[in-house]
Amino acid sequence: MIIANNINKQFGKLKALDNVSVTCNKGECIALIGPNGSGKTTFIKCILGMVVCNSGFITVNGKNILHEWQYRADIGYMPQIGRYPDNMTIGQVLDMMKDIRNKKNTAIDEDLIKKFELDKLLDKRMRTLSGGTRQKVSAALAFLFNPAVLILDEPTAGLDPVAAEILKDKIIAEKANGKLILITSHILSELDDLVTQVIYMQEGKLIFHKSIGDLRADTGQEKLSKAIASVMLKTGNEKNN
Amino acid sequence: MKGVIIILCSCCFQASAFNIHVGSLQQFKTITAAVAAATTGDTIIVDKGIYFEKNLVINKQLVLKGINHPVLDGEKKYEIISIKSDNVTIDGFLLQHTGVSSITDFAAIKIYDRRYVTIINNIINDAFFGIYSQQGINCLIQNNILTANAIEEQQSGNGIHCWRSDSMRIIANTISGHRDGIYFEFVTNSVIWRNNSFKNMRYGLHFMFSNDDAYISNVFENNGAGVSVMFSHSVKMFNNYFKENWGDAAYGLLLKEINDSYIENNRFEKNTMAIYAEGANRIHIEKNVFKGNGWALKIQASCMDIQLIKNNFIGNSFDVGTNGSLVLNTFNNNYWDKYEGYDLNHDNLGDVPYRPVSLYSMIIEQNPPAMILFHSFITSLMDKTEKVIPSLTPENLKDEHPLMKSLPL
Amino acid sequence: MKKIIKYVIIDILRNKIVVAYTIFLLLLSFSIFNLEDNNAKGLLSLLNIVLIIVPLVSILFAAIYVYNSAEFLELLVSQPLKRKTIWLSIFAGLAFSLALAFFIGVGIPVMLYEFSATGITMLIVGLFLTVIFVAIALLATVQTRDKAKGIGVTILLWLYFSLLFDGLVLFLLFQFADYPMEKIMIGISAFNPIDLSRILVLLKMDVSALMGYTGAVFNDFFGKTYGMIIAVFVLALWIALPAWISARKFNRKDL
Repeated sequence: MIIANNINKQFGKLKALDNVSVTCNKGECIALIGPNGSGKTTFIKCILGMVVCNSGFITVNGKNILHEWQYRADIGYMPQIGRYPDNMTIGQVLDMMKDIRNKKNTAIDEDLIKKFELDKLLDKRMRTLSGGTRQKVSAALAFLFNPAVLILDEPTAGLDPVAAEILKDKIIAEKANGKLILITSHILSELDDLVTQVIYMQEGKLIFHKSIGDLRADTGQEKLSKAIASVMLKTGNEKNN
Repeated sequence: MKGVIIILCSCCFQASAFNIHVGSLQQFKTITAAVAAATTGDTIIVDKGIYFEKNLVINKQLVLKGINHPVLDGEKKYEIISIKSDNVTIDGFLLQHTGVSSITDFAAIKIYDRRYVTIINNIINDAFFGIYSQQGINCLIQNNILTANAIEEQQSGNGIHCWRSDSMRIIANTISGHRDGIYFEFVTNSVIWRNNSFKNMRYGLHFMFSNDDAYISNVFENNGAGVSVMFSHSVKMFNNYFKENWGDAAYGLLLKEINDSYIENNRFEKNTMAIYAEGANRIHIEKNVFKGNGWALKIQASCMDIQLIKNNFIGNSFDVGTNGSLVLNTFNNNYWDKYEGYDLNHDNLGDVPYRPVSLYSMIIEQNPPAMILFHSFITSLMDKTEKVIPSLTPENLKDEHPLMKSLPL
Repeated sequence: MKKIIKYVIIDILRNKIVVAYTIFLLLLSFSIFNLEDNNAKGLLSLLNIVLIIVPLVSILFAAIYVYNSAEFLELLVSQPLKRKTIWLSIFAGLAFSLALAFFIGVGIPVMLYEFSATGITMLIVGLFLTVIFVAIALLATVQTRDKAKGIGVTILLWLYFSLLFDGLVLFLLFQFADYPMEKIMIGISAFNPIDLSRILVLLKMDVSALMGYTGAVFNDFFGKTYGMIIAVFVLALWIALPAWISARKFNRKDL
């Protein structure tokens, strides 16, 4: 579904992405893992066309995304920090997004709006909202149009445990619906029951892309966090040697 | 006094003289014939009608009186009346369509080197020159209405034109549409009183090489270049109203090479430059009102001993402009609406001097294209700074004791 | 495109600063017309304010709005929308809202007190300046990533157009005092929309006679139809060029 081929991206002297190639398929839930500044967010932004890569190409549904914009109709994106025009109400933001997407034939998925009880806050101005509520709006927006691909950047950061659980359930449900889900997260423990594959990045390089089963087998660890930690240790040792 | 006696004498003459009537129903059909038949001191009374007299020459001492403004038509070819005798009176005619020439100065009425001529109550339309006094002495020109439609300066003459004349009285005439409304060249001891000169192509009053004259209570409005007084001395300008002489090169009053003159109690309103003085010396300017002009005063460095006392300066874009740093003129006790000083002892005099020259006006004087920055942020900023720390404006160009309140003028 | 413009406008019109700006202009205009005994003079005082405050508020507000909308822009970019559409919508929304504020704040008083050719020229010029400085602000913000730096740049730009440029002109005039600079000045005025606007309004007012030969040269040019068309074209170019360049830059910008 999403194929990235030899992606390079440089910000000044910093090499944010170094020859990254990934293939992501339908029905997978892929965790993008790596330390801070490893290029996860940049990679996501490349897919979304927010950052234009220096070389290499990305295809979504078989089409090159360079200079394209329609493909984003298939993607729901939840940013790390969601900020919206200060003076708009939640209702207006939702209306605007519906307006922009203008998808009449596909059903709108208002599941999260209801579960987060956002429908009771429709008249609230965005600037009056807490960070958590804004995250809820972002999440609701990402799922709103039933996109085939969901890209969630640190989805649970800032959410209260209840909301985080709701979101997790939603992710699992959508995975079951055959959607491709990309998640970046620092909190590895909460990814355990979600992900089917893991992409591990470090310093802009793709270290590995494995199914969770393979990873467990290779490291002998059941928990994702432990597995990753042992990988990090291993790579660290290799470097030193 | 002498004049009065002479007028009285001429009245005595008339009493003993004949009245000759001219008109379609009268004995004489043309004025020319009547003049030929008349003798010294006769009065020719002309009925209403149109008369084509070609050039009517008055070579006898006569009174020509029109009833209900009979029309004398010059057919655009002739000078209408030529006065070649002393003591002639032309009263109550409508003169129109003089000839136009670039060689001869055709006039509706021309005085040739004569004295005691009276031209009153006439209407003069579409004349090249209106009333022309060539070496006239002691003549009265009163209550005439002169209207022309000058389009080009070359194709039009002056309304009342006096050359090498003396003791002229130009009173209560209305002049418009000529090249210059009133033109004085080498005219002395004369008075211009209560005239209204407007919408003339060039100057409302053009005044050259004419000394010891006074012009009082005239209105000069909306003339191409305002009023110009040049190369003269001992001129008195009182109670005149210089109004709306507005244009690229229009002056309320242009003073050039003028000495020992008085400008008092005049009103200057909405002129591009109310007074522009160049080479003017010993001029006394007192109790005038300068209101809403572009420049109230432009005094070039060639001026000396101009005294500006007790004038009101209200709503002018620039109060005073000058091109030099040395100022030999005096400003005192004027009211300036831009003055921001204070009066602690309440004597109605400001305690700090007022500097009427702004930095920007100095800059324009040196570099006229800088006018493109008119009303820009930088120029107002510069003016404000200069007010606080004067550096470039002439040090001694200031009103030491500006008035706090405007004078009731 | 219309949809985004609509929502941007809804957002900005609720903004307290825009409301305050409108009221400020309204109060200022009314008080100027009431204080000056002569409406034409009131217009002149108003002109000075229009030439200083309108560009300042337009450029600053637009820049701050764009910086504050960085995440919102990201969100929009992640939607199936053309980047150019997004950027031009933001531009159009900002330009329309600020122009509306100007029109209410200055336009209404001018129409009530001085509904003349001069008054209308000043209104048109003010609207142009509003849009021009929004466009310049967008160009500045797309170039500089950092908010503080970007706002600094916009203030510098404003200072340049309203003050420094004229200082340079003055310097040039004195450097080349021996040459006839009048005609060249017409060309130079095209490089500063504030100067061009000021001259256009001044020529409409009868103060143009004060400007002497320079005024005559300018009047000769701008008084004619083609001169006026060129002036309006130049002002339009001051909108189109920064807007277009900024849209191109935004198209390639990494968010």
